[in-house]
Amino acid sequence: MLEIVDLRARADQKEILKGVSLAVGKGEVHAIMGPNGSGKSTLARVLAGHPEYEVTGGEVLFNGKDLLEMDPEDRAREGVFMAFQYPVEIPGVNNAYFLKAAVNALRKHRGEPELDAIEFMQLVNERLQVLHIDQDLLKRPVNEGFSGGEKKRNEIFQMLVLQPSLAILDETDSGLDIDALKTVAEGVNAMRSPDRAIVVVTHYQRLLNYIVPDFVHVLSEGRIARSGGKELALELEEKGYGWIEEEQAAPAGRV
Amino acid sequence: MASVVEQRTGDVVGKGERYVREFESRAGRLPGPAWLRDLRVGAMARFAETGFPTTRDEEWRFTPITPLVNTAFVPSELLHVQPATLAPYMFTAETAAELVFVNGIFVPALSRVTNLPAGVDVGSLAALFAGDASKFDAVLTKIAAPDESAFTALNTALFTDGAYVHLERKAVVDAPIHVLHYSTVSGAPSLSHPRLVVVADELAQATIIETYAGPAGQTYWTNAVSEFAIGESAIVAHYRVQRESLAAYHIASMQLRTSRASVFTSHNLVLGGAIVRNDIGAVLAGEGGETTLNGLYVGAGDRLLDTHTTIDHATPHNISHEVYKGVLGGRARGVFNGKILVRIDAQKTDAKQTNKALLLSDAAQINTKPQLEIFADDVKCTHGATVGQLDADMLFYLRARGLGRDEARALLIRGFAGDIVDRVKFEPLRARLDEAVPQLLPREAA
Repeated sequence: MLEIVDLRARADQKEILKGVSLAVGKGEVHAIMGPNGSGKSTLARVLAGHPEYEVTGGEVLFNGKDLLEMDPEDRAREGVFMAFQYPVEIPGVNNAYFLKAAVNALRKHRGEPELDAIEFMQLVNERLQVLHIDQDLLKRPVNEGFSGGEKKRNEIFQMLVLQPSLAILDETDSGLDIDALKTVAEGVNAMRSPDRAIVVVTHYQRLLNYIVPDFVHVLSEGRIARSGGKELALELEEKGYGWIEEEQAAPAGRV
Repeated sequence: MASVVEQRTGDVVGKGERYVREFESRAGRLPGPAWLRDLRVGAMARFAETGFPTTRDEEWRFTPITPLVNTAFVPSELLHVQPATLAPYMFTAETAAELVFVNGIFVPALSRVTNLPAGVDVGSLAALFAGDASKFDAVLTKIAAPDESAFTALNTALFTDGAYVHLERKAVVDAPIHVLHYSTVSGAPSLSHPRLVVVADELAQATIIETYAGPAGQTYWTNAVSEFAIGESAIVAHYRVQRESLAAYHIASMQLRTSRASVFTSHNLVLGGAIVRNDIGAVLAGEGGETTLNGLYVGAGDRLLDTHTTIDHATPHNISHEVYKGVLGGRARGVFNGKILVRIDAQKTDAKQTNKALLLSDAAQINTKPQLEIFADDVKCTHGATVGQLDADMLFYLRARGLGRDEARALLIRGFAGDIVDRVKFEPLRARLDEAVPQLLPREAA
């Protein structure tokens, strides 16, 4: 589904991704871990098309199409969703109105009829219940005045409504208490299906107790330094990231 | 009677001479009571003395009106207009009364002023002048005095018609009273001087909408003056919907005097016009009132949109709120000057002013100036002005959810203007605003 080959990207003249290669297949859940500054969030944002980053090399294919050539909205319409690490507050823009516009933009792209107000409300009400979110959220401006936890839950809510084929969660777990974390994980697990892939970007192993990954990758210094199964996350939790960085510094020890 | 003007004609500053001559030839036929005829002479004399303002005048520093001054406007005449032409601007069944003026002249056949509740009187000033207009003697030309500006002087001297609204004590009208001014020209650019006078007596309650409109692309000039006398504990909501042709000139003065415990809310929606100037003045003349002046101005191209507001806290314990927002694209220029005067006796004043402008292009400009003059010592006065551009992170967030660039942009603009648009309580008007605003900001304007 997603093939990343030797991806390089920079922001403000500083190279952050220095050749990332990763393949994500249908039905798989991948976790991308790594120390702060390793490029985890940059990878997520580059995949979503954030204009702050300049891709300097490599390629990304999504279902065989060149993802990097697409505008952010076209990536979303093709089925890519990124849950933002820092969801943006948009004063004056009503959550329901925004989400309905998003749903219908995606439906239009797929050649499906737009949802009317009643159909839309049915769709969102079901999803709100999954995440134990009050209906009030729909009337509020997008993320404005939301607590950190509310913002993260709103991202997952949007994901459930938009039903992407590839979901990239950029540190969705940071700042969540354990109850909120479980709720968010339930939402993500509800999305798991043989047709869908999920990439979880996280600093800590904690979230992976609830969203169990098929593959774990460690990003360090802008490259994938190590890949493994879910047990790699536990190893990282125990030993920290130091040993990976040391290995990277001494190429002879690289696996 | 015209001798004052004759003496002064030679002194006319700038290019206003044509209007002095027009006055001289028409003065004998202008309607109104004797006192008004005398006042017209004085007003014309004042205009003859000052002529049009220039950018050397502090109040017009950022507002060059050269194209207006250089155009030879002829007096507007009544032209035939199809009801279908007016339909996009009318609210028909949603209103309690609807008065239609074409080129400043009342058209009964297009208007509806029947079945009003008891104590509510609306109609045309020209018709009123044919009978007894004395009930407006204390208000007409007294709240917007001719010496306030050259344009008010010109309107006072030359106006022939307009709307009046009188709400007697305890009169309550639920649906809005709508006054529509439609301008259209058949040859040379024309000039009309609409006038509105509103008197709300004690405990009266009403919503009044003024709409100004004209055919796309036509050049004409509307020089409007509105006066409001809000009585004790009266509640009046006012919407001023300016949707003139984008080639038209619109100069307007709206003046207001409040009373004890009155509540007045104004929404000034500036959508049309090539050169637009609004002077809005409120004298808070009674204790314990609440006055809100909100406004939205939207424009692209080479348009120039200027709003000057003055809130005069002349008595204690008044609350005033003011939120003005502007969205400017292309090479459009905006001017906002918000003056708040708190007089020495106006203790416990609570005045809040906010002005925000959103610039969609590098060439769009805004000159914004809060002007607080506070002479009382126990007051709360705040003001804030911000100028910004569309936020790149917000745009990306919306696009990352599948909204196209234009749609995301329109949504953010709507969000910015929402403070004003969402406060429009009359739903049919809100819907029209939502439709009109994006059309004024084509993508190439960004």
